[in-house]
Amino acid sequence: MSNFPFLSVLTVAPLVGALIVALLPRRNPDLAKLVAFGWSLLVLVLSVVMWIAFQADGDRFQFRESYAWIPNWGVNFTFEVDGIALVMLMLIAILVPLVILASWHDAESSKRSVPVYFALLLILECTMIGVFAAADVFLFYVFFEVMLVPMYFLIGSYGGHQRQYAAVKFFLYSLVGGLFMLAAVIGLWVVGGKTFDWQALSQAEFATDTARWLFLGFFLAFAIKAPFFPFHTWLPDAGGAAPAGAAALLVGVLDKVGTFGILRYCLPLFPEASRWFAPWALALGVIGIIYAALLAVGQNDLKRLVSYTSIAHFGFIGVGIFAFTTQAGTGAVLYMLNHGLATGLLFLVVGMLIARRGSALISDFGGAGKLVPVLAGVLFFAGLASLALPGTAPFVSEFLVLIGTFTTNKPVAVIATLGIILAAAYVLWMVQRTTQGTLNPALTEVDGMRRDLSLREKIVVAPLIALIVLLGFYPKPVTDVINPAVQATMQDVGKTDPAPEIGSVQEAAK
Amino acid sequence: MSELKLPSIDYAALAPILIMLGAALVGVLVEAFVPRRLRNAVQLALALVAVLVALTMVILNADDRLITAGQAIAVDGPTLFLQGAILILAAMALLLVGERTVERGGAFVAQAAVTAESADDRRQADGMGGTTEVYPLVTFAIGGMLIFVAANDLLTMFIALEVFSLPLYLLCALARRRRLLSQEAALKYFMLGAYASAFFLFGVALIYGFTAGIPGRGAGVDFATVHAAVAESSSSPVLLFAGMALLAIGLLFKAAAAPFHVWTPDVYQGAPTPVTGFMAACTKVAAFGALLRVFHVAFAGASWDFTPVLGAVAVLTMLVGAVLAVTQTDIKRLLAYSSIANAGYLLVGVLAPSKEGLSGTMFYLVAYGFSVLAAFAVVTLVRDADGEATHLSRWAGLGRRSPFFAAIFTFILLAFAGIPLTSGFTSKFAVFAPALDANQAWLVIAGVLTSMVLAFPYLRVVVMMWLSEPGDATPTVTVPGALTSAALVIGVLATLVLGVAPAPLLDLANGAAEFVR
Repeated sequence: MSNFPFLSVLTVAPLVGALIVALLPRRNPDLAKLVAFGWSLLVLVLSVVMWIAFQADGDRFQFRESYAWIPNWGVNFTFEVDGIALVMLMLIAILVPLVILASWHDAESSKRSVPVYFALLLILECTMIGVFAAADVFLFYVFFEVMLVPMYFLIGSYGGHQRQYAAVKFFLYSLVGGLFMLAAVIGLWVVGGKTFDWQALSQAEFATDTARWLFLGFFLAFAIKAPFFPFHTWLPDAGGAAPAGAAALLVGVLDKVGTFGILRYCLPLFPEASRWFAPWALALGVIGIIYAALLAVGQNDLKRLVSYTSIAHFGFIGVGIFAFTTQAGTGAVLYMLNHGLATGLLFLVVGMLIARRGSALISDFGGAGKLVPVLAGVLFFAGLASLALPGTAPFVSEFLVLIGTFTTNKPVAVIATLGIILAAAYVLWMVQRTTQGTLNPALTEVDGMRRDLSLREKIVVAPLIALIVLLGFYPKPVTDVINPAVQATMQDVGKTDPAPEIGSVQEAAK
Repeated sequence: MSELKLPSIDYAALAPILIMLGAALVGVLVEAFVPRRLRNAVQLALALVAVLVALTMVILNADDRLITAGQAIAVDGPTLFLQGAILILAAMALLLVGERTVERGGAFVAQAAVTAESADDRRQADGMGGTTEVYPLVTFAIGGMLIFVAANDLLTMFIALEVFSLPLYLLCALARRRRLLSQEAALKYFMLGAYASAFFLFGVALIYGFTAGIPGRGAGVDFATVHAAVAESSSSPVLLFAGMALLAIGLLFKAAAAPFHVWTPDVYQGAPTPVTGFMAACTKVAAFGALLRVFHVAFAGASWDFTPVLGAVAVLTMLVGAVLAVTQTDIKRLLAYSSIANAGYLLVGVLAPSKEGLSGTMFYLVAYGFSVLAAFAVVTLVRDADGEATHLSRWAGLGRRSPFFAAIFTFILLAFAGIPLTSGFTSKFAVFAPALDANQAWLVIAGVLTSMVLAFPYLRVVVMMWLSEPGDATPTVTVPGALTSAALVIGVLATLVLGVAPAPLLDLANGAAEFVR
């Protein structure tokens, strides 16, 4: 079973689907939608099979495949996954069909071709799977950059207000980061013995200065992608302008490439540099948590608000990564998954609200719960998950990050905890202003606001709600997969978890 | 009186050059004797067949590594690779030159001597058959370029420079529309080109003087003599440095490197678009072929001295090209500045003194040539009643009107921006990696930084085409004739294939990357 080339098939499959969908006649958009949805379900099934075939207690990396590509430069199509990548692949496989289902009518409001919209979603899925499955730095870079192109057109062609500006800003920011990474990739190749293979590179030793420069090149790209403060300004624009489905993928999956890249490339390849830069990275994370949360409180645009909440969450993930404990690391990876589910849900629900109202401004709502009670309920749940209420999945990850950080760096943990309070503020206030309180009379005049969730929309939100609750109570299947990979990463960095201080406990007991 | 010794000549090795020059002469006879209505077809067929036969000869000669015709011509790996590149790109350019269906009569003027903007001029702009002298001119230019990359002494190189430059000056003046702009371009190119040639010739003289000053050796300007003189020079090398600088100015002018680039935007804009494509692709190959040979063969011993200077030129070129591209509003001028910036990236490859650096530069030249020809092929198609609509604002909403061509152009722009899976990315890697390997990190960093700047103008065109609403002024895209289609397909496919599977061409370039001395 584990001999099946899961990763290459998973990467190529959405691309084939995209070609089929793009070639379907434009006059029959429903056919394109169905094919795209079916195809993404196929990918989901394959991913589930792969998840089952993955042995959590086996090797760190599994399903390795390698085919020669450009022998002159030592470039190979090398795929393999560890637990971290596997979780991210699963997240993609779950989110894409739901996003396709949620975006059923999104493309129709624009004048563009409907099949192309769904083809772009599938191309995006192909590049996202590729970026997490690649174990060759060159291949990773290729997917990292190519990923921009479908997203650019999704935002630019099918987005809302200010979509041109947002698309260009997104593209340029990412490209700038990518080009810094290109310089670092070439540098890594030159000093690493002219190979791009991750396994070989992780054995290589670099001079201290060289490693720090290379780390910086990679880190900058990932920090822009994630995004960490102060490289975050593109996300609210892109998230605000993108169609809701694409936005869910943008913050749910695409941005995780940044934090995943730090875990896979920055930490193991440049351990000394990672330790050296850790205080700075922690500082960026903490600032991001507080600053983005404060900005989120002040937003009047729903999608921008959700974008800012994600920046705050990415601050948490960053803190978890650079705390260098297994607990915090596992928490960070779990956070990447849970954030994808919770924020993905939040974006999709907000998208449903906006599609009904025809406006993204919070001030255009008010008391909407009286008209669409189920939708308002789902929004409330998504908000609670996003603020990490105990019982929802994000709580587990946030808690793990905080206790893992507390053992090594108390001040950071304490400041980060403040972020939880701010999260409650922005989520609850947003929910209150949109769905609670007195009914905004303007809402009753909008036809859309009288329709509550349709069956299709219920099918979209149900799996996400179920997963969020399930993982909130029983995260073990996921943590079992993540833990070995995180432990190995921490070993690469050369950090061990602080031993419990028995002496101090005994002293305290006296 | 000693007997005059004739040098032995390897005619097979020289065959590609002789074929092209011979075909050009036959082309002149065709002008004189073939009836007018047949001329276009005959000339195009003649030129294409000559190019293909010459290309076949290059392939047959692929294993030659020799110096022939005295010390004048070196037929070695880089020569053959670059000659092959020039011939293939020239064939594509000839297809564009030969196109007669996109515009009635073609892209060239019927009678260049008619006063611009006069009634006669307007009449000829309206569909009279274009002049067919362009074919022998292009063929002469190709022949000159073939000599230029093979020249093994500075005088042969100078003559080759003139042989391919003079036809280009004329070709620039032959645009069917916007005659004044075209004539201005030709005059500007001619004047500045003449200066550059003078600099080059003066440099040759100084180098001759330098070699004469080395005791115990004969003076000469063939590369072996110059190389030996550089190695043995012990006295103050003022002559060497001055000569090198003047030679470099002459070559960098043709390569469109800053600060010798000022002619480029005007000439690219004014020249007929097929000729612009020809210059952007083939002239670049020829100029960089000569640069590589001069600096890697003749002056290899002085690399410590010229590397910092050429490095500064490279950085300046990248900066000027990238920054000024941002402000452009005309697509041809934008592509001109992009071509300047690409000259900077190529110089980065020239400054990596290794086999990989040489092969990377050659790879870059081929990849860029294909993309830029495809780009100009699209430019010839976007037109309105007054000819090509080159102002960028006119391209707004083109993606709605003609999604197919807009998609092709978008792909080419992404290649220029260096997005992976296009040849633009692999070729950048091919020059940056050896440069970093040779401890020229500053050049790579400059290259990366300017690539970021340069991405903006490309992206702006993409935005214009796809994200803007089409206006009344949005031109339509003419359905291309068979010739333009062929050139376009070749260019786009090459851009894709060299981005996805560059290994075969890289192998070829690697195998060719050794000069004979």
